[in-house]
Amino acid sequence: MALTTTPDRTRRDSGSVRPASSGGGTGRIRHSEGLAGYVFLSPWLIGLMAITAIPMLLSLYLSFTNYDILTPWSEVQWVGFENYRRMFADDPSFWHAVQVTLKFALIAVPLKLAAALGVALLLNKAWRGVGLFRGLFYLPSLLGGSVALAIVWVNMFNRDGAFNSFLGLFGITGKPWVNDPDWALETLMVLAIWQFGAPMVIFLAGLKQVPTELYEAASVDGAGRFRQFRAVTLPMLSPVIFFNLVLETINGFQGFTAAFVLSNGTGGPVDSTLMYTLNLYIKGFTDLEMGYASAMAWVFLLAIALITVVFFSTGRFWVHYSDGEK
Amino acid sequence: MVAVTGAVPATRRPRGGARQAVRLVVLIAILAVVLYPLIWMIGTSVKSQEEIVNNIGLLPETFTPGNFTQGWTNFDVTFGRFFLNSAMVSLLTVVGNGISCLLAAYAFARLRFRLRGLWFAVMIGTLLLPGHVLIVPQYILFRSLGMVGGEWPYLPLLVPQFLATEAFFVFLMVQFMRGIPRELDEAAKIDGANSFGIFRHVILPLSRPALVTTAIFSFIWTWNDFFRQLVFLSQLEDYTVPVALTLFIDSTSQSAVGPMFAMSVLSLLPVFLFFVAFQRMLVEGINTSGLKG
Repeated sequence: MALTTTPDRTRRDSGSVRPASSGGGTGRIRHSEGLAGYVFLSPWLIGLMAITAIPMLLSLYLSFTNYDILTPWSEVQWVGFENYRRMFADDPSFWHAVQVTLKFALIAVPLKLAAALGVALLLNKAWRGVGLFRGLFYLPSLLGGSVALAIVWVNMFNRDGAFNSFLGLFGITGKPWVNDPDWALETLMVLAIWQFGAPMVIFLAGLKQVPTELYEAASVDGAGRFRQFRAVTLPMLSPVIFFNLVLETINGFQGFTAAFVLSNGTGGPVDSTLMYTLNLYIKGFTDLEMGYASAMAWVFLLAIALITVVFFSTGRFWVHYSDGEK
Repeated sequence: MVAVTGAVPATRRPRGGARQAVRLVVLIAILAVVLYPLIWMIGTSVKSQEEIVNNIGLLPETFTPGNFTQGWTNFDVTFGRFFLNSAMVSLLTVVGNGISCLLAAYAFARLRFRLRGLWFAVMIGTLLLPGHVLIVPQYILFRSLGMVGGEWPYLPLLVPQFLATEAFFVFLMVQFMRGIPRELDEAAKIDGANSFGIFRHVILPLSRPALVTTAIFSFIWTWNDFFRQLVFLSQLEDYTVPVALTLFIDSTSQSAVGPMFAMSVLSLLPVFLFFVAFQRMLVEGINTSGLKG
């Protein structure tokens, strides 16, 4: 939806028809406006070149070298595909990080979206106080990405943390979950799911768009609430589900802060929280293997691009766009 | 509570009332789980070291504000400095994003120029570009320009913000400007305004809501950002709050938990105040803005 909107052609064309009475004047207007266009666009264009395009090309070049920040440029060696070969064939930490990241995204994202949709359905109808609930459920999305909250989270799932006190109420003796390689990543998943407010708000906006007549019609046809949810809500909401799914998956792949805080930047315990971006940071800025880290960055970029393409090409089988699509 | 809400509308719509009561109970239960970590955080920040280990309750038996003073001065540089650094970076980011994204958005939304469609597509493409992908070459480039650890080490954090690299805000503003009636542009044009005049007298004043949204989210995201600040800041006195907070993790001694929580609470305070002040706008403004249009 949002991402598929292209610059509004019809409006641009109609706009050019009206003032352009005819002939020579048009060219002059277009020329001065074209110049103005580039004047206004210049900060963005400079940014695109200096902050995005040139670094991307540099990164592509570096990915074929053994560059580390310490050796002078004259001694940098071209190593061909060595970095890529090593990554796929000789570096267990790479595959391990891929696994950790995929596991994190595959479990946390669907659960987060399910929580978001569930709560959104409970908050869909307008009643007094509903705004307060929406706000409070959204609050974790504002705070959750911070170092401060990651610190709280790690302590909450530590030996003396709140989670174990809670288990203690039922006579269960917990353990320091964050130090357990089998559980550390799961605590980070819970942190991600806890921030379900952001997709929830998007679901609420989508639910508002569903025409009530559809529910009335379904009700007349004898559909119960569950049937209405399956036959009306889900298909009508599928564009929003799709939007959230793409966004949250890409965000999920980039989880860094909480993993860094939990493991003090190592990806531990026993590499169980070695998210892809954390691994990239360690290779690039701890081990200073910037050539290798650049190769990792390119593989990451291609993976994300590939996943986005897969989403969009499979989306047309289940995403339902009503013809009233605005 | 169930009884009350169930009883009042019982005369009119018994089923709806009961349903609403159940809904409310479920929501309150979920809310309790969601808010628990935040309340626990605040409670722990005023607990003594002994209570942090032994008292499993939310509230402390003895109120220990000393955690705040101890945390504030826990390192060689006080948190006052870290907060100032964070505030400066965040506020300058707000200014940079506001100006540069607004200019770019005006060009995309209103002006006709060669290759506009192409540049717009490129801008949309950068929306999905993960920041982690560019961090290594950006670090190398900024370092070769003497900007990393230089006289004023915040340039690598701020220069991109003055060059409209946050495509999300450009997109948000383009969407907003498309909603401003074109008749206003035409009227200004008839009055003799050129593109700059239209920007100055029509678009700029009418774009205030989009600017406010951009400002608030720029501030919150930069205030919370960790990755870039971790990479580009290396001297203790230059640290921002998130980077400084990680110093507590290094000093693994248990005695620092109270002060660590105290500083964590303080660090979230500005974001929380924004939340209280702009709650409705935050909830409805940004997340849905991508959907309209």
